Amino acid sequence: MVAVPAASLVFAFFASGLVLLATGHDALSSYRRLFDAAFLNRGALGDTLVSATPLAFTGLAAAAAFRMRLFNIGGEGQLYIGAITAAAAGLYFGGSGGPSAFAIAAMVVAGCAGGAAWALIPGILRAFFRTNVIITSLMLNYVAGYLLTYLIFNSQSYWRQTIGFNASVFPTSKQLPNSAIWPAATVHVHGGVALPLGAGFAVLAAGLLWVLYSRTRFGFEANVLGDSARAARYAGMRTRRKILAVMAISGAIAGLGGASQDGDFRHTLDADPNGLQRQFYGYSGIVVAALARYNPLAVLLVAFLIGGLQNAGNTLQGADFPSGLVGVIQGIILFSALGGELLVRYRIRVRRRERAGSAPAAEVT
Amino acid sequence: MNNSLAVVLIASGIGYGTPLLYASLGELLAERSGVLNLGVEGMMLIGAVTGFWTVQRFHAGTAVALAAAVGIAALAGAATSLIHAFLVITLRASQIVSGLALTIFAGAAGLSSYLGNDFNLAANPARHTFHTVFPASWQGWPLVGPIIFGHNVLVYASWGLVVTVWLYLTRTRPGLNLRAVGDAPAAADAMGINVAAYRYAHTLVGGALAGVAGATFTLAINPQWFDNITGGSGWIAIALVIFAFWRPELCLVGAYFFGALQDLAPELQARGIHLGPTVLWTNALPYLMTIVVLVLVSASSTRRWLGAPAALGTPYVREEG
Repeated sequence: MVAVPAASLVFAFFASGLVLLATGHDALSSYRRLFDAAFLNRGALGDTLVSATPLAFTGLAAAAAFRMRLFNIGGEGQLYIGAITAAAAGLYFGGSGGPSAFAIAAMVVAGCAGGAAWALIPGILRAFFRTNVIITSLMLNYVAGYLLTYLIFNSQSYWRQTIGFNASVFPTSKQLPNSAIWPAATVHVHGGVALPLGAGFAVLAAGLLWVLYSRTRFGFEANVLGDSARAARYAGMRTRRKILAVMAISGAIAGLGGASQDGDFRHTLDADPNGLQRQFYGYSGIVVAALARYNPLAVLLVAFLIGGLQNAGNTLQGADFPSGLVGVIQGIILFSALGGELLVRYRIRVRRRERAGSAPAAEVT
Repeated sequence: MNNSLAVVLIASGIGYGTPLLYASLGELLAERSGVLNLGVEGMMLIGAVTGFWTVQRFHAGTAVALAAAVGIAALAGAATSLIHAFLVITLRASQIVSGLALTIFAGAAGLSSYLGNDFNLAANPARHTFHTVFPASWQGWPLVGPIIFGHNVLVYASWGLVVTVWLYLTRTRPGLNLRAVGDAPAAADAMGINVAAYRYAHTLVGGALAGVAGATFTLAINPQWFDNITGGSGWIAIALVIFAFWRPELCLVGAYFFGALQDLAPELQARGIHLGPTVLWTNALPYLMTIVVLVLVSASSTRRWLGAPAALGTPYVREEG
């Protein structure tokens, strides 16, 4: 089970090395610096966790939906909406003088609710009108991105800072009050590694998702639906209800990722088109989920690896380390994981060849 | 008359709709062969960046440089689609995941951004751009001036392409074979048609047209380079193929409708009509309308799959004795 993803990683670095060489870069030294910046340098592990935490959320969100062959690629937008609703909750309850735990809990609930509501739009359209989830969820990413920018840059919204000199010169978001900032535990190794509260929530979410999919009737039915929608219908499973539930769960996890962005890392609603929106956490989450073969626990590990890659990309970005390299490597990792998976499947097919009906199931898109 | 809202929107709809038209015609050909390629956005960005690179670095007369740029963009788009073709046709991987991977690999945070950065393309505007073909005086003619005579070569070529694709699909043997491959690959195979070859060829042509669509952005509509210059048009093009019931002539109508939507809110604002937050509407309207139209098409259940190739999205496995 580990061989294919591991081999895909190796192959991806080899193939990306060819891209580097073809454009006149020294692949080996680039990789060494990449690895150092991701895991070895002072403070690198902490920075990698900063990238890995949102990827764990978006990876889990994608895994939850893709398992049922419900291709929710709207994790990006659901994360933005979660960040918007959680920031509202943080600003409102954090400033009211109540205990910090209450403000944080309100942000978690608001982030999940916002992400779930946004994901339910394509969910409802899929369940009741059979509208293609891929396209609707993706279109909503753009809408969410423009909405996020609009709230701070083109309107006088609740999230926008209107008092002070800086705010009158350049549009900025309100800072979250201290009680709405999520605490982090520090592990004293290698210059100190901050473990954000959001990373804890991600681990918790992965555990719950694992239990849900492998230990409950709900998960069993979702898996059957993913394998064969027709078989599920004959068995009397409620397709519509399951689509709505799975989309809501997927969106809620992505939205929690948005809440974690506010509370753990940015301490404000980051609406800058070159800020949160340039990280493409939602799209990278798809890579994470596919490489983890939609297994929630594996998502955590893969998120850490891909988070290292993303962190290194951010740190090293410059003349001899063009931006975009991270996306290239991620894309090639996905290609090789896909190709590798086929090798595994091919072996199975040869062994029970006489079995008819090997046609792949139609996908519930 | 030429300043009336309808004429202005039709004219700008044709301009903005042209990349959508190229990309959707390409996707239509790939899907007619049974291959769904969700990598259109990525292939468009590759075409956009390579086309732009060509006009910056290739020193020749304007016409030659532009022709070379479009050619390079088409080749680059086709080369990108070859990855998808190999994975889904030869290795029979999931078309959905492979297409997504292609967009991540080539897209806004991938190879197109890498190349744009590495060649430092964002620094300068394009050295050569497409201009209107007909003399300026013609464009003053009522109605036909802006709508028919106000465009560049890429627009007129796309009209020719619509006719070509339509004739190809309905009047030629390879076109009919293509439809057989997309609807019933096993039957096509039994007829002696090489299913894999047809699928490869049309996926590559689809990639080439997506590359041209991308070059339309950097050489005509917005002659410069920045990351993600296509801004999701590739996805709208994929949706367009569904709205158009897989028919080229309807792709043209849909592409111009969505092109016009991009200009609607600013045009209304210029005329003093405010419908709430103009900035938000301008940006988000094409995406919201894509969803609305997609729902309308899929909700009318009897017509839902009218025209959809029956074998779309499924690999063909020949069952040998």
